[in-house]
Amino acid sequence: MAATEAMPDTGLRIRTSGVTFAVPSVAASGEDAIVIKDASLWYGQNQALYDIRMDIPDRQVTAFIGPSGCGKSTLLRCFNRMNDLIDNVRVTGQILVRGLDINAPSTDVIDVRRRVGMVFQKSNPLPKSIYENVVYGLRIAGIKDKATLDAACERSLRGAALWDEVKDRLHSSGLSLSGGQQQRLCIARAVAIEPEIILMDEPCSALDPIATLKIEELIFELKSQYTIVIVTHNLQQAARVSDRTAFFWLGKLIEYSPTADLFTNPKQKHTEDYITGRFG
Amino acid sequence: MERHHFETELRELRACVARMGGLVCARLEACLRALSGRDGDAARFVIGHDEEINALQIEIDERALRLLALQQPAAVDLRFITATVKANADLERIGDQAVNVAGTALQVIGRPELEYESVVVEMGGNALSMVKDALASFLDRNARLARSVLERDDEIDAMKRRVLRDLIALMTRDPGTIERAVSLVFISRNFERVADHATNMAEDAIFLVEARDIRHHHESA
Repeated sequence: MAATEAMPDTGLRIRTSGVTFAVPSVAASGEDAIVIKDASLWYGQNQALYDIRMDIPDRQVTAFIGPSGCGKSTLLRCFNRMNDLIDNVRVTGQILVRGLDINAPSTDVIDVRRRVGMVFQKSNPLPKSIYENVVYGLRIAGIKDKATLDAACERSLRGAALWDEVKDRLHSSGLSLSGGQQQRLCIARAVAIEPEIILMDEPCSALDPIATLKIEELIFELKSQYTIVIVTHNLQQAARVSDRTAFFWLGKLIEYSPTADLFTNPKQKHTEDYITGRFG
Repeated sequence: MERHHFETELRELRACVARMGGLVCARLEACLRALSGRDGDAARFVIGHDEEINALQIEIDERALRLLALQQPAAVDLRFITATVKANADLERIGDQAVNVAGTALQVIGRPELEYESVVVEMGGNALSMVKDALASFLDRNARLARSVLERDDEIDAMKRRVLRDLIALMTRDPGTIERAVSLVFISRNFERVADHATNMAEDAIFLVEARDIRHHHESA
């Protein structure tokens, strides 16, 4: 199914892999943004995910928690096929992003990554100006019109709550920004191409509490427009920012509930032990 | 992985609640002794030792607040700490009711006994047993015991209504009893309040164990 056909056209055109396609506006809320059907993943002989079955709702924040090695980042990276970059990875089951089977042979991985943006643990601005960092994705998609790029840059920096801090120095290096600003720049770069989903892999783990607070506030703002999936080791962060929380352990989804329920009344003993710090 | 420091603090908090509950029950027992044994010293002891309970109330709240601020408790730990703060307030109010009973008892016990005094004492005994069971259900996380406390609250209310009716009849028959009878009405009201606080604690115990808030609709408890 071509999910883009069902969505209203924004007028913006992006060309990837020699194909030009319309950029859809954000789909209506209420549906599931990502549907995972019995997904399993192996690194060579080692199975890292076991029969994961979950639906990630549209325009909400879903947090993945669990001890190191539980598979939460591995699953997150499945959503934009980042695991393709690792040798000997095998995925079974289905992962549907707005109905699109992202692992189907006919699916264009660049299209998947355009729809599903990502922000990493360590901010990774390009050694370019703030402006060029933000519009990078649009430029490689073939957009050259300055007015379009200027508008996208301002909109994205505003969206990432960074505009007021950098509007007078858009042509300074992105690397001149503080750690927290660099992370917001990366978020601006992610939102510039108007993805439908933003994946965040421990986006605050290298930031101080103030910068963390800004990112958390930003996540709250962004969810009106984007579906956000965040991996975090900080349980309080998961509790603060997310609508739903999934707890993983040894590659299995143990519990997946509204965040307030999971943190006050977990149903599974493993979850209870983990969030109360009695794990082990 | 164990959180030794956190576990220790939780145990200490529980011990404080146990101590507070023990003090409050001892005050109620002294009230009953004052009434049934015409024991003025017991009543004066209750009146003179409220400070101990007040100080413990503050200590429990401070400990709970510190745990919330520093340990970010979740799940059953979070429920235990918030329920403790509420139970703490109920225990302190029970202590206040004991002081009220003791003060009124001093006015009653210097005079000849009225025929309904033993019913009021029995009511106090029932309220005390509810407090003990509510406290035990909270400390031992026993939801079944907590539910038995809820069921007994209606009995206390019925007893209070009966006492009031009988005492009004007595005062009508013999106006010479009015002063003592009004005092007994006050005391029965204090005991009824004690039972209400015990009921609150039992509800907190159920919340602690089952994560269900059953206040205001016992029938679905």
